[in-house]
Amino acid sequence: MDKLTAESAKPAVRHENPLARALAEKLNYDQLTNCMRCGFCLPACPTFKETGMEPESPRGRIALMKAVADGLMDPDEAFQEQMYHCLGCRACEPVCPADVKYGQLIEQARDSIEDHADHSVPVKGLRKLFFDGVFPHRSRLKWLGRSLGFYQKSGLRRIARGTGIMRLFPEHMRDMERILPEATARGVVERIGAFYPAKGKMIARVALFRGCIMDVLFAETNVNTVKLLSEAGFEVVIPDSQVCCGALHAHSGELGKARELARSNIRAFKEAGVDYIVSNAGGCGALLIEYDHLLHEDDDWREDGAWFASRVIDVSRLIAEKGRVPDFAEPAGEDGRAQQLLITYQDSCHLRNVMKSGGAPRQLMNRVGNVRFVEMADAGSCCGSAGIYNVTQPEMAGRVLERKMDNANRTEARYLLTSNPGCLLQMKLGIEKHGAGGQMEAMHIVDFLAERMAAGKS
Amino acid sequence: MIHPEAARRLRAIVGETWYRDDQEALVAHSYDATPMLQSMPDGVIYPSSTEQVSEIMKVLSEHGIPVISRGSASNLCGGTVPVQGGVVMVMHRMNRILEVDLENLTATVQPGIITAEFTAHIESFGLFYPPDPGSMRISTIGGNIAECSGGLRGLKYGTTKDYVIGLEAVLASGEVIRTGGKLMKDVAGYDLTKLLIGSEGTLAIITEATLKLVPPPKAKKTMLAMYRDLYGAARTVSKIIESRIIPATLEFLDNPTIRVVDDFAKLGLPLDMEAILLIEQDGDPETVERDIARITEICESEHADRVEVAATREEAEKLLTARRSALTALARLRPTTILEDATVPRSKIADMVLRINEIARKHNVTIATFGHAGDGNLHPTATTDARDRDEIHRVEEAFAEIFEASIELGGTITGEHGVGLVKAPYLEWRVGPAGLGVMKGIKQAFDPHNLLNPGKMFAKETRKRVVVQHG
Repeated sequence: MDKLTAESAKPAVRHENPLARALAEKLNYDQLTNCMRCGFCLPACPTFKETGMEPESPRGRIALMKAVADGLMDPDEAFQEQMYHCLGCRACEPVCPADVKYGQLIEQARDSIEDHADHSVPVKGLRKLFFDGVFPHRSRLKWLGRSLGFYQKSGLRRIARGTGIMRLFPEHMRDMERILPEATARGVVERIGAFYPAKGKMIARVALFRGCIMDVLFAETNVNTVKLLSEAGFEVVIPDSQVCCGALHAHSGELGKARELARSNIRAFKEAGVDYIVSNAGGCGALLIEYDHLLHEDDDWREDGAWFASRVIDVSRLIAEKGRVPDFAEPAGEDGRAQQLLITYQDSCHLRNVMKSGGAPRQLMNRVGNVRFVEMADAGSCCGSAGIYNVTQPEMAGRVLERKMDNANRTEARYLLTSNPGCLLQMKLGIEKHGAGGQMEAMHIVDFLAERMAAGKS
Repeated sequence: MIHPEAARRLRAIVGETWYRDDQEALVAHSYDATPMLQSMPDGVIYPSSTEQVSEIMKVLSEHGIPVISRGSASNLCGGTVPVQGGVVMVMHRMNRILEVDLENLTATVQPGIITAEFTAHIESFGLFYPPDPGSMRISTIGGNIAECSGGLRGLKYGTTKDYVIGLEAVLASGEVIRTGGKLMKDVAGYDLTKLLIGSEGTLAIITEATLKLVPPPKAKKTMLAMYRDLYGAARTVSKIIESRIIPATLEFLDNPTIRVVDDFAKLGLPLDMEAILLIEQDGDPETVERDIARITEICESEHADRVEVAATREEAEKLLTARRSALTALARLRPTTILEDATVPRSKIADMVLRINEIARKHNVTIATFGHAGDGNLHPTATTDARDRDEIHRVEEAFAEIFEASIELGGTITGEHGVGLVKAPYLEWRVGPAGLGVMKGIKQAFDPHNLLNPGKMFAKETRKRVVVQHG
């Protein structure tokens, strides 16, 4: 007998299961319907590339979401896990001719799961600790930076490793511990203050979004970002009351928390009266640029959300398109002659797919004297870092990273540049685990350019 | 439900990971790219070799379980929707290029290889595999063969059927057959190769294919001709063919299609034009120059508003890619896009376009039209919303008239998408009772117990009226 069913109107399904009900309510049914199931997203999806299995593709995940909303399947544990298998890299969005907002759908699905799942997905506790306990609070972040820095510097790290106590942690946590840069409680403001004037004639006044992780683990990159902006003709302010962007929260289904953070940030930056809000982390920037979407149902904040979103720009793009691009050159070697340096670039998914700014970093890299930029195969495909994905889904993250490193190694580049702290850590991990010959080093593009800026001037 | 004993044996053949019957896998294999159709399979299996496919078929035959083989399920005829349940066999793991034979100019591949990956590989040898279906970035070669996919270059180079010269396939019984081979000529008996091409997975499961390769053209030029008058564009098509020029590509896009395609690909197309022809010619540099000049003259004689030749290869590629995304991009207008596949003799393109627009107006529905104008293969596409029952009904009425018009003009019910589920009730209308009888006899010979993709191609009832919505 034919089992064919017609798919049509949003069915008046009575969902017994509270999670199914939440999903049916929260998922944007228009977006679910807009998916034509043409499959054009499949070759862009890292988890589909790894497994070749339809449920691990954007088309598959949308079909699963729709099936739950239509009452065709239960949002069982496998369904919930599948929603977290997605890296959230959003490489499927630019290739979708129908313009399906997949990123929104996956966030809505995760939001429902966070609110209504009976049983916890494996890492829920860990996430709660960080999302509610640490990221939103500056003072606790500083404390974390200080403690971590103390652990790293004091010899405790050596002792911990020496005693083998690290072996009690899962392998991927041990890997992470090894590649974490020196943490600090002294962020960018503590180092250079909250204001930095423009060199030469001022082009615009901008505010730096310093980020939470960035300011603890990569404070130096924040300092370099300010110096680079100043050199390119921008006056920089760093509003002190800014908080975490909320990206990790939003991508993990904590939309309420993300909205709270967004409102705090909008307040902080509105007071600063700036032309642009500059981000140097693709992951943060992508959420900042979508604050309008995040708050579009909030009547009191909709306009401010749009005000904020329209000013957000990535540091590379601002300099390449609006600034006076400084002279960059490879510093001379010991013999006084600059060697030609090979570099390659790992796209930040969110910078490329959401902020649509994959071109600007390349423009800047190509402006550096004595440097040859080599594009690696599949540079735009996710490295597996994906927020905290490499902690929550270590197995898949590991597979994605291995593929990435094969491509990176083939370029034989000396530097592997990125535009996002998560990618940078992941690339450091990749080089340590799968690097060829120990030649390669991962670096944030801002740090790389800042070093070459000094050389360019001399 | 698959019999537990059968499931156990299937698992033993492919390994635990590669046989699934969990809810997630079943839902994710219940559809293809055809709008509004969905039906659950009972299991999903991912074989990795011909031997496995053969063993699987023995188990399925023994238990009388239907099987639907598929690549990426990007077809548009409902061809891979498991309407009668059974096992969906996904060919993705069988995706190797087994050989590129530079002496014979052939390639032998497994069915799961993605078309675009295959053509890129072939180009690295300085060779050319012309079939280029719109979905080539995701469709598989096996799927192309099963559906006899057309493409943008069909006009000059033909379609998939013109490049497949040998096949390996597994019968419903599990027996393996080989047809054709690295031979340009072979008249030993019935041509089973051609019979399997376009058989939509109803006769056997293709496990290996030998493909003919050709030397690539030396030069290529791509141009756009833009019209304020829709019929001027349609008439240009006939005139180009009449003047004995066969372009490599001759595509037609009407205004709604131009708009959505531009919105997706950001090409800067003129949004106020009624129609665009996307024309490509390849061959020797002198011939290409001469043909492009002559085509330009013809376009101008039909009052083209502007004629532009793409300055770079990248620009040309962008145009072609944009055209390939036309169908899905139409979903930007309304959530449901129902695409049809009306094909008429190419001298009738102008008449057909005229009729489609009249019919759409009469039924108060929006129908965008684009397609391979040079082949006479148009894709009138209704942009609608499945939730609006009344509108869907009017769309049905409109398509019924469009098909009648197509047959009246000497055309057919499907030019390249296949019969599958959607066109099954109309097959007899096209091929006649005797033709249908022969086809059913062939099916019986290959698959006596009707296990291979049941419910496709042959419908229980024959219809003349098009019904786009089932259930």
